Order: sequence, then structure tokens, then C-alpha cells
Amino acid sequence: MPRTVAFREALNEAMLEEMEKDDRIFLMGEEVGHYDGAYKVSKGLLKKFGERRVIDTPIAEGGFVGVGIGAAMVGLRPIIELMTWNFSFVAADQLINNAAKIRQMSGGQFTLPVVFRGPGGSAHMLAAQHSQSTEALWAHIPGLKVVMPANPKDAKGLLKSAIRDDNPIVFIEGEVLYADQGEIPDGEYTIPLGVAEVKRPGTDITLIGWSKMVKIALATADALAAEGIEAEVVDPRTIRPLDEELLVQSVSKTKRCLILEEGWPFNGVGAEIAYRIGRRCFDDLDAPVERLTGADMPMPYNHHLEQQCIPDVPRAVAAVKKLLYLE
Amino acid sequence: MSAIESEASEPHQAPRVPDKTQLARYYHQMLAIRRMEEALAKAYALRKFGGFLHLYIGQEAVAVGALATLKPEDYVIATYREHAHAYAKGMSAKEIIAELYGKATGCSKGLGGSMHLFDAAKNFLGGYGIVGGHIPLAAGTAFASKYRGDGRVTLCFFGDGSVPQGAFHEGVALAALWRLPVVFICENNLYSMGTPLYRSLSVADVSQKALGYGIARDRFDGDDVIRVRDRIAEAVRRARNESLPTLVEIITYRFRGHSMSDAGLYRTKEEVEEWKKRDPISYGRELLVRAKMDEKDIVAIEQKVTEEIEEAVKFAEESPELAYERLAEFTYKE
Repeated sequence: MPRTVAFREALNEAMLEEMEKDDRIFLMGEEVGHYDGAYKVSKGLLKKFGERRVIDTPIAEGGFVGVGIGAAMVGLRPIIELMTWNFSFVAADQLINNAAKIRQMSGGQFTLPVVFRGPGGSAHMLAAQHSQSTEALWAHIPGLKVVMPANPKDAKGLLKSAIRDDNPIVFIEGEVLYADQGEIPDGEYTIPLGVAEVKRPGTDITLIGWSKMVKIALATADALAAEGIEAEVVDPRTIRPLDEELLVQSVSKTKRCLILEEGWPFNGVGAEIAYRIGRRCFDDLDAPVERLTGADMPMPYNHHLEQQCIPDVPRAVAAVKKLLYLE
Repeated sequence: MSAIESEASEPHQAPRVPDKTQLARYYHQMLAIRRMEEALAKAYALRKFGGFLHLYIGQEAVAVGALATLKPEDYVIATYREHAHAYAKGMSAKEIIAELYGKATGCSKGLGGSMHLFDAAKNFLGGYGIVGGHIPLAAGTAFASKYRGDGRVTLCFFGDGSVPQGAFHEGVALAALWRLPVVFICENNLYSMGTPLYRSLSVADVSQKALGYGIARDRFDGDDVIRVRDRIAEAVRRARNESLPTLVEIITYRFRGHSMSDAGLYRTKEEVEEWKKRDPISYGRELLVRAKMDEKDIVAIEQKVTEEIEEAVKFAEESPELAYERLAEFTYKE
């Protein structure tokens, strides 16, 4: 029987189940222990596993991200929580110059089974420094994998796969998704990294989105359905490695594509996806691949301005109609 | 001659008087490191390979003395000036020189080069090219040792140029907070690249940084391999037996430039010549003479070193390179 759990509970279950099985796994980060997690993702884990395996850190991302990398080099399997991905930039040297490169620089002698996880994207009125979508930055870097679940089922299955993976993983949880409820299968399951999923089948256009943009895409598809337009929603789930095949398959069928991305447009993930689809589906396309992205500016604080900087359903519907030459 | 045989003293034991065998081993290692780097400098001048080449010449007693205190299972992590630490951890001149030549037989298969020597089997965790960026990793390997209770010690080497970096402070702060079995060794060669110490640090005594983190500290000259060994042994013992970190500052001097492109205009010839009088290798030889080793036995070591390095250069020259087709497998583990 499937159960209904919140997104944050699904993540918690993934960590708990994996930590129960493997003593090499530990959770480290700011407020993950005694505070039970800034976003309560690690709730109860300190009580269950104790201070040896659930470790509160001081505010020193460059330090404890590096600790995770060092511990992974010598055989542990750390989960490093960043209170938000906005704080990852002070640890960028560790992630880019160490985590992503040690395997190659050492001629393959060292592997780094380490997961860096935490919330990303905008929430509500958090202003420029706390509202960033960082996936395009991390996905740019060979050596890192980038995972972005959209619902509780994917969150649990993908996090378990990430923990079992032998590579450094950037695992970005949509900050506004934590309270979302969803069904998850009972018992053991994993979802492989690098496998996209059709979240809703359709025939007239492909909407590609990940993390919270899947919700916008599904709501857009609902709105379009009311007007007789059947949109297919495809969620890559993993940004790197990217399941190009399923995206191409879908667009080859629908012949149109709109990519929804919360992040900035310049060098965005959507730009890479649009290139790949353009190249592979050139003969099938009935319209140029279109993107609806976050505004190309730092996120403003003001609520109304903020909302206009994030892709939403009305603008997605309008973009689809344009691609269908209906407007 | 093994470079990784344990020589850690027991707690509360007076420093042991070095015997001839130990002295011979240290002399061999220091001289091999010197000759290896001289051969590398020559090969570099002949454009046998490119990239950066940061020589350790003048500092050999630090790496050899410090690593003489370790067990094979202990971890060592270092900077881009790490040829000596790699050799002293038991890696061969062959695989080090081949790595600089960019050959597949190099320790990192020619993918890392001079700045990124690694040997997982010898627990040499690498040379790193971003100043100070490896210091948090040392806290991480020491964390792993404490987590597993495996009794291993991590030795982390860096230069005085790392000390202003945030990564140094974060790494030391976490190791202090969590009482991790690690020894932070600042090889203070008085210049961060071309900038003298007084223009890069407000407090010239690096070891004083330990006071703010509440950890043990030590500070001494690095020209005597025995002094280095015995003082580092104290810190290693503290790490192994009490799981406590130490910050050690060792004053030393590099006879060559920061890298091969460094004309050394920021210091006088007289200063360099003055330091050369304290050459740790000449002193290492003097120790052997004082220990009454026969001149012919000393020469035999020197001859052996020459052969070792010549053979290693030949090996590197004749080794194949990795095929481009194989490169992708090193980015991700399948």
C-alpha cells in the first residue's frame, strides 16, 4: 500500500534507511542534530543515531564540505547538509576544485561517495542572497552529478540512489517543496540517477521542468487541457547525467517544446537542453524550442516583483499558445 | 630502503639517539629527493614536460624528518610542492618522475602532474594546487580516523602562504573543535611566492594561531632531520594517543624560486647563500660522519641514489602515455 508523506519526510526516510544499513554513512551540517534540522529534514536522526553519526557543525561551509570530501576519500560515505545552496558559494573551491577533480587528478585512485544536499531555489521574499537556483552552476562541472527531485516519491528514491553512488552528488531540494504531500511506495525502492520521467502524457507539446517547475508544468498542462491542448510533462529528475533520450523521444512525438527553469537564462540548464533537442529533433520540430526562465537579475525582495521574476502558469500557458501559433 | 617503517617513539620517552641505520635512511631519502628534483629541473629546461614545477630544494629535512614518525597506514596530504612528501611516504622516484613526464606509468597516470601526486596504497592523499584548499580535507581524513577508531594520524603540510586563507582557519577550527588526530605542519619558507612574510602576515609567528583555537603548538628550525623527526613525533603521539591536533611551524628555506619561472628578484643572492650554509643534506652527511660511518659507505649511498634517479628518468622517458579514449573513465566512477 502506498503511503502519503511530506517531501521532507521522504528525504528523512531515505537517510534513515540508508544509515541503518551502512555505518560508513553519517550526516553533517549546520543545525542537523540538536535543532533537528533548519528545515526539519533530519528530524529525529540525532535521537536515533547519536552524535557520532549526526554531527552539528559551526557555520563554516568551506570547512565542513572539505571534511566531507576528505572523509569520503578514505572510505566513509558522508551526507553533508548545506542549510541552503545559497551558502555553497563559500565552499565552491571545495566542490569545484576538490570534489569534482580528485578522482581524475589521482588517475582514478580515489572515489568520492559523498552527497551534498539542501534546499535551493526561491522561497518567499527572501531577497537576492537567499533565492538562487544553483543547478546550472554545478551541472557545468564535470565530476559532479546534479539531482533535483520534484515530489516525495522521487525525493526518497533519488536520495537513496545518491547515497549509494560512488561520485560526489549535488542534491538540490526545492525549498518550497518540503511540505508537499505525495504518495510513496511502501518498502524498499530506489530511483536510478539519470532517468527522466513523463509526469503527464500528452500529444501537443512537451513541457520540460524539474524540481518545483514540475508543479508549474503540471498546472500549466491542466489549464491547457481545459482548452483542449494536451501537454506532455517531462521531468529530467537528474540534471547531470541528463536523460537526453527521453526528452528527445517526447519532443519527437509532440514536435514542440517549452522548457521551464527557475534559474537565470544565461547559460542556464534550459539552454543546454534546448541545444540538445534542437540538434536531435531538428527535422521533427514545428516551432523553435522555447524557454521560460527566471528573470535575468538578482531576485528582488518585494512580493509582487518577486513573483514576476519566477515562471508561472499564465506565462507558461501564453508561451505554449505562441508555440502552437494560437496567439 | 623503506621510507615508511614506523619510528614513532613511545609516550614519555626521551628522543632516541639516532643510529647509523636511521641516519643513513634519512640521508638516502633527502639526497634522492634533491637529485630527483635536480633531474626534474634539468628535464624541464630541456622541455621534456611543461606545466608548473615547484621545487622543494632546501627543505628536504622537513618532509623526511616528519614522515619518519609515521606508520604506513597514516595519511599524508600536501600542497603543489609535494614531490618530497610523496617520496618520503614511500612512493618511488620512477612513478613520481613519470608523472611529471605525463606518462601512464606515473602515480596519477599522467593526469595530475607535478602538483597532483597521489598514491592510495601508500596513503599519500595528494598534492593540491589551490593554496590552503586541502587543509579542510585533512580535517576530514582525521575525522574519518576518529569515526572509525582506527588510530591513524593525518599529517597535513602547507606553506606560510596558506595561513591567511580561510580554508586554513576553517580546517584548523574544526579539527580543534572535534579533537581530531591531525598534525598541521606549516613549512614557513619565509616567502609566499614573491611576498616576504612581513608583508603577508600581521603576526610573523604562525604557530600563535594555535592559541586562538586552543590547540598545542610547536615552532622550530627545519634544517636538522633529527630535530624535525623528534619534534613532530611529539605531535604525532598527541594525535594518536590523545586524539588532539597540533599546529607546528617549521622555519625553512627554498633555495630555488617559487616555480621555474621565478627569477627571485625579491630576495638577495647573499640571503640565499647564507641559507645554503644550512643545507639540510650537507648536515645529514655530517651526522653520518659523526656517527662514524665509513666514507666509502656514504659514497655508496650517494652512488645508489644516482643510479636510482638515472633509472627513474630512463623509465619515465621510455614510458607510454595514456590514450585519449581512456580519459572519460576517470571523470565519474561507474
